[in-house]
Amino acid sequence: MSSELIVFLVLSLVAIATALGMLFSQNAVYSALFLVLNFVTVAVFYLLLGAPFIAMSQITVYAGAIMVLFLFVIMLLGAENLAPSKNLPWQKPLARLLSVILAVEAIYLLFSRARTDLAVTAPDASLNTMDSLRDMAMSLFNQYLLPFEVTSILLLVAMVGAIVLTRQEKGGK
Amino acid sequence: MDWTIWLEWILKGLVLCLILLTGFAYLTLYERRALARIQVRVGPNRAGPQGLLQPIADAVKLIFKEELTPGKVYKTVFFLAPVLTVVPSLIIAAVVPLGSSFTLFGREITLYVADLNVGVLYLTSIASIAVYGIVLAGWSSNNKYAMLGGIRSSAQMISYELSLGLCFVIAILLGDSMNLNEIVAAQEEVWFVLVQPAGALVFLIVTLAEVNRAPFDMPEAEQELTAGYHSEYSGMKFALFFMAEYQKMIVISMIAATLFFGGYREFWFLKDTFFSVDAVWKIGSFQTQAWFLGPIYLLLKVVVLLFFMIWIRATWPRIRYDRLMAFGWKVLLPLSLVLAFITATGILLAQELNNPMIYSIGIPVVSSLVALLTVVLIYRELRRKSHGRF
Repeated sequence: MSSELIVFLVLSLVAIATALGMLFSQNAVYSALFLVLNFVTVAVFYLLLGAPFIAMSQITVYAGAIMVLFLFVIMLLGAENLAPSKNLPWQKPLARLLSVILAVEAIYLLFSRARTDLAVTAPDASLNTMDSLRDMAMSLFNQYLLPFEVTSILLLVAMVGAIVLTRQEKGGK
Repeated sequence: MDWTIWLEWILKGLVLCLILLTGFAYLTLYERRALARIQVRVGPNRAGPQGLLQPIADAVKLIFKEELTPGKVYKTVFFLAPVLTVVPSLIIAAVVPLGSSFTLFGREITLYVADLNVGVLYLTSIASIAVYGIVLAGWSSNNKYAMLGGIRSSAQMISYELSLGLCFVIAILLGDSMNLNEIVAAQEEVWFVLVQPAGALVFLIVTLAEVNRAPFDMPEAEQELTAGYHSEYSGMKFALFFMAEYQKMIVISMIAATLFFGGYREFWFLKDTFFSVDAVWKIGSFQTQAWFLGPIYLLLKVVVLLFFMIWIRATWPRIRYDRLMAFGWKVLLPLSLVLAFITATGILLAQELNNPMIYSIGIPVVSSLVALLTVVLIYRELRRKSHGRF
């Protein structure tokens, strides 16, 4: 067994353990922390695949920015230990059905892909320098300009929406 | 892989940690003495000559202090938080080059722990992780003051991280690389602080907020929050927070020096002289490249930058929390965006028109004008408000 495979297996264990920990924690803050660990593990996976740029972005964006905001909201609302709310009657069967569909799809894809090509080829190491960054920016702003701009408008709409929803009317109370 | 490589990595990591720990100890002394000078006091000068043994006395005192764990804290996180605060402040220094390289026992030893191609991104990711320690310390203490301190700090650090990232972008654009070694090498001719003075200034302001230093030390504003997020900590656990704060100061000065002040390189006008890092020194028959000047230059720059931080703490009042947020979002973020835009445009124009003057004159002048305009606008806004509600 190569050392890379051992690292991969250990990391997978950590990833699965943290994901389960996230699901089963009673306290929302602990859940959030497990999720952070999970994101960091995924970042290490990217490093293993030879993609340091994505790994670092993953840590900055997910583990750094988004999860801090999550924690912030949990703490601000004091929502660490909310009592379990009443479930909607159709929620559980629907969740079961959807999770089964997801699992079947994942397994199908795994095996159909794996049969053709088992080996994961690491990208060229030279792709990770400034050139690849430039290439990525070029394709973002040329080939994928429309999706890129649409995404930014979507984010803008979400931001404006959040502000409008929470804004207090001037001259009111 | 060769075991000597592992040995080299481990040794270099250890040396870096030791440097930062010693730096922390003496930075506390430096700060106390400098503050005392500014406030016309003497400062600690009893332990050893000029008080040089004071840090050791402090450490002994902190070790022997009783460690209290309040009854209703969330234990795991309460113990984890100081560690989570210290670790990022140590590992962030791994990509900062302390010097070029030298030869020892026939192998080339480089003066940095890691040579990452995405070094600048590494800095942003570790900086964004650094928030957790403080937030969790505030939350796990189960204390309103600590909690408010933690929330304030997370809000503040998230807000100022955006401008920090944009300042990193300026340095990346100027250096045409995300590798800190290459950014330093690109400053051989001229430091980036001269090309983009306003950007460097914004960077220095933002770093003050990122390390929660005065005048942005809202998370631990004594009058409002007792000691903020570390109210409930005592003994060595408190010392860890203290250590993290001072190590962050050192590291952030190192990063500022690397990105805008030429890193370990000499002054740009000393290039090709005896004092250059690349110079070859001859002492009798012994001949060596002057690599050891690199760490010395970096140390000098860090000491000067640290002095500015201490100076600001001694002379500026803490700004109000809502103004802090307004300053971050309404002033620094747009300003750093415009500066990044000016830098990019300048570089592109200089390339397209084949006119280096745009790069060396245009960018500094335009960005300084923009910064000046911002200052004027803030001044007028504050004057307008002072006649109104405030």
